Amino acid sequence: MTLISRLFLSFIAFAALTPAAYAQDAMSLDQKVNEAFASFTGPFVSLIFAPLPGTSFPWIVMWLVVAATIFTLYFGFVQLRFFSHAISLVKGDYSDPKDAGEVSHFQALATALSGTVGLGNIAGVAVAVGIGGPGATFWMILAGLLGMASKFTECTLGVKYRNEYPDGTVSGGPMYYISKGFKERGLPGGKILAVLFSVFCILGALGGGNMFQANQAHAQISGIVGDYPGWITGIIFAIVVFAVIVGGVKSIARVTEKVVPFMGILYVGAALVILIINFDKIGWAFGQIFDGAFTGLGVAGGFVGALIQGFKRAAFSNEAGVGSAAIAHSAVKTKEPITEGFVSLLEPLIDTVVICTMTALVITISGQLLIDPATSLYMVEGGSIATVDGNSGVALTSAAFGSAISWFPYVLAIAVVLFAFSTMISWSYYGLKAWTYLFGEGKVSEIIFKVIFCIFIVIGAAASLGPVIDFSDAAIFAMAVVNITGLYFLMSIVKKELASYASRLKSGEIRKFSH
Amino acid sequence: MTTKLVIGLDGHGSGDRALAYAKRMAKLIGDCELLIVYVIEWSPYSFQTAEENAVRHKRREQEISTATERVINPAVSALSAESINARGVVRHGDVADTLNAICLEEGADQLIVSRSSEGGFAKRLFGSSTANLVMSASVPVTVVG
Repeated sequence: MTLISRLFLSFIAFAALTPAAYAQDAMSLDQKVNEAFASFTGPFVSLIFAPLPGTSFPWIVMWLVVAATIFTLYFGFVQLRFFSHAISLVKGDYSDPKDAGEVSHFQALATALSGTVGLGNIAGVAVAVGIGGPGATFWMILAGLLGMASKFTECTLGVKYRNEYPDGTVSGGPMYYISKGFKERGLPGGKILAVLFSVFCILGALGGGNMFQANQAHAQISGIVGDYPGWITGIIFAIVVFAVIVGGVKSIARVTEKVVPFMGILYVGAALVILIINFDKIGWAFGQIFDGAFTGLGVAGGFVGALIQGFKRAAFSNEAGVGSAAIAHSAVKTKEPITEGFVSLLEPLIDTVVICTMTALVITISGQLLIDPATSLYMVEGGSIATVDGNSGVALTSAAFGSAISWFPYVLAIAVVLFAFSTMISWSYYGLKAWTYLFGEGKVSEIIFKVIFCIFIVIGAAASLGPVIDFSDAAIFAMAVVNITGLYFLMSIVKKELASYASRLKSGEIRKFSH
Repeated sequence: MTTKLVIGLDGHGSGDRALAYAKRMAKLIGDCELLIVYVIEWSPYSFQTAEENAVRHKRREQEISTATERVINPAVSALSAESINARGVVRHGDVADTLNAICLEEGADQLIVSRSSEGGFAKRLFGSSTANLVMSASVPVTVVG
């Protein structure tokens, strides 16, 4: 019996025994998992979200926004100047027909997007708007626009410093560009930063890329079929993910990859329909977004609360500066690494500026957030805005869509499950790349990571949203701490590439191919 | 002047008929070069997982070498054995577009393909490559039944 099948059987046995052993005590199992998890991750979470001295502003949020602003200024608003060029690249106008059959710009973008478009856009936005009010949307859009420059920087480096192996496969990402780039520039500490990034990337893969997804998928399913213990959803998800990443059942992944883009289009389409039906309220909703952005409209923490939530959820959703996209984008076939940087800057735009804004508008317009008629301010209960049925996270988005299209929560449930699934598959790959960077490539090493990954799905589905979202955020932001540090030291390399490319584009040396 | 004929093969039996016809033409023409082309259906706009992307370059090489070994080499060596000037090309892409692009690149005088071997529902839904080719080609096309 092979190692894989033995592991698979023991995993199935574990999955089968767990419900029997804990059937009577189901709810308390969820609670136990939750408590143990919260106490274990508490210190890490507190460190990442520590406020700047004398304020309530988490330093990490400042870190991300300052970085995105610096990259935007340093590259002279690259997201505006090269926006139309990015679209041409995705269309394939600059692709050599002789390279047909290699990973195209479109495919690299679509793969990276399927890793980012997901629950961040549906549940994350609901969390932001639920705590920070509609004003959080303004800051989310701003963070998305600035984040385009962060994404550009990391993805250019991702392609430039990827590893190409003799067998033709590639591995790339921050751990590679930090270690190789630092060495090239004669800077010390590259290896240490790369290792640190890999550790956080593994945690991020287990947190935001896994537990948060499982948790919200369970919330959505139980919202429709009635309450039941989270670990049941967890085990089902774990088995399917196990089948794909360990068992190599490619058909499931292939189906997901094809269905997810359509789900994304369906989601945006439904949001647009709701906005068109309520077109008279769109002006009011934007008013709420702008007023809320600067006054908070009564939310906890005022406008700073709205700003923190907006920036946090934007970063969690589009992952700009986090470094994950650099792993996904590095497989593209191009002679010019910077072209992938241009393509990747479309990602925060699609993810945050378009899709997240849709969600926020629908929630705002739906009237799910309760407003005190006397003061016209939002009613706050326990730190977040009171909602019609006390919903938060994905349940809030679902209720908002459901208030306009009664059957949409069912479609949304399917979308959430598929999004969660595709994000898990993507992150299992990112986590695996970090894992193999640390522990070396090899079948056994890879299987150990994949099994750990599946176990965390069960924990994520069983724990409650609070500790899961805190840990997920903390782990993903910890990646950004290391990645952005690396980017500061390496951004001059990207600047040189940008100057060279821009001059060759202008001189006509780089030109479109006739197709 | 050498007459250049491009022959599109699909790896099925119907391709042999196109090849046989091209051989006959080459003998009649005399100073003639045959370019045997196999197009691997591929779209730059499909969706793939990160893992598939990472091994894509390797897969592409494998696909090209498999097609060269199984389709192109046997055809070219059979033609060469009869002293016909022939060479082969394998490309990825949309079949009709790619065949047309190769004809233009090579300055071909004629393109020879066989009638599409697929039929039924798929053909109605997506159209056949041969039909697409006939409608979009920039050089004369001969469809061998």
